[in-house]
Amino acid sequence: MGAQIRVYRQRIRSVSATKKITRAMELMAASRVVKAQQAVRESTPYARAITRAVSAVATFSNEDHVLTTEKETVTRAAVVIITSDRGLAGAYSSSVLKESERLIARLREEGKEAIPYLLGRKAAGYYKFRGRAVAAEWTGNSEKPTFETAREIGERLVGDFLLDTESEGGVDEVHIVYSRFVSMVTQEPEVIRLLPLEIVEGTEAPAEGDLFPLYEFEPNVEEVLDALLPKYVTSRLFNAMLQAAASELAARQRAMKSATDNAEELVKKYTRLANQARQAEITQEISEIVGGASALAESK
Amino acid sequence: MSQLQVELVAADRKVWEGEARQVSARSIDGELGILPGHTPILGVLVEGDIKIHGEGGVRTATINGGFLSVDHDRVTILAEAVDASDLSN
Repeated sequence: MGAQIRVYRQRIRSVSATKKITRAMELMAASRVVKAQQAVRESTPYARAITRAVSAVATFSNEDHVLTTEKETVTRAAVVIITSDRGLAGAYSSSVLKESERLIARLREEGKEAIPYLLGRKAAGYYKFRGRAVAAEWTGNSEKPTFETAREIGERLVGDFLLDTESEGGVDEVHIVYSRFVSMVTQEPEVIRLLPLEIVEGTEAPAEGDLFPLYEFEPNVEEVLDALLPKYVTSRLFNAMLQAAASELAARQRAMKSATDNAEELVKKYTRLANQARQAEITQEISEIVGGASALAESK
Repeated sequence: MSQLQVELVAADRKVWEGEARQVSARSIDGELGILPGHTPILGVLVEGDIKIHGEGGVRTATINGGFLSVDHDRVTILAEAVDASDLSN
């Protein structure tokens, strides 16, 4: 066998081994993305109930809460960046990081210092490589975020928000950059301002005649708000994390699908080349034999 | 007499939904009992048991603190974590 054919066959073998791996990763991502979407759906009843409760309190009291009040001077803004732990998900993490860079540049123009809070090893690596200071990072479960993690992060953010900015290193605003899961083919990086809270009403438009009743508050409005608002923050954060997880898996599935397709193309191309090399070899052998035979005949 | 529509919701799932005659939960100020026709209320719950008195007896679930809202005989109990292991009986 000629050297050329051997090289081509080797390439075909290695590309099909890679193809098997990418195919397996594609299938795994596909089955996990269904679960991730389900997790987003299952967290909706809680999110809806808590939004409704917050809207009800907001409608019936003129209570100003520290978490809903805009600070007069904003000098430090926390930027929470939600990325993945692992790569091989196409442009997923880099598009979120790009969006966060845009946000940070905008904040800087407004005279605010951006304090990064990172989720996912990709963001952590990005900041470490550039030697930038980080307020906090959480890594390890970007694919399957748990509510405990969301609560831990939420408590930290609310805590930092309540600290005094100048003397204790608190923050005046909290922004989240994450990937919103629009559909299996579209995931958009998005920025939301988490704190101070803007109560988003209209996630569920009250039906005709279904106005908020005059609630009694147990024990009183202030304490209800005190307990309710941090939970609302956590719920929004948890929702962002779940959507980011679904986006990550969808992005990985797409990336692995195109890798598998590319591998198939390569195998096809190398098979053609190997066949050509084999033909060339056979042709050469025939012409050598024919040449040899005629040389023998002439010498007689 | 009308029934209460009860929804027990944890952060990551809906735990239970159904009808009940009475719901009791533990609020900051003490035990809170809800019967049909209760005035709309929004209360903070502390760690403790939720008791749902329904057709087939009493269901119990343990929560780690949360919220209770009642309006028009619709009771929503929100909790971050719910131990629903005793809920099925």
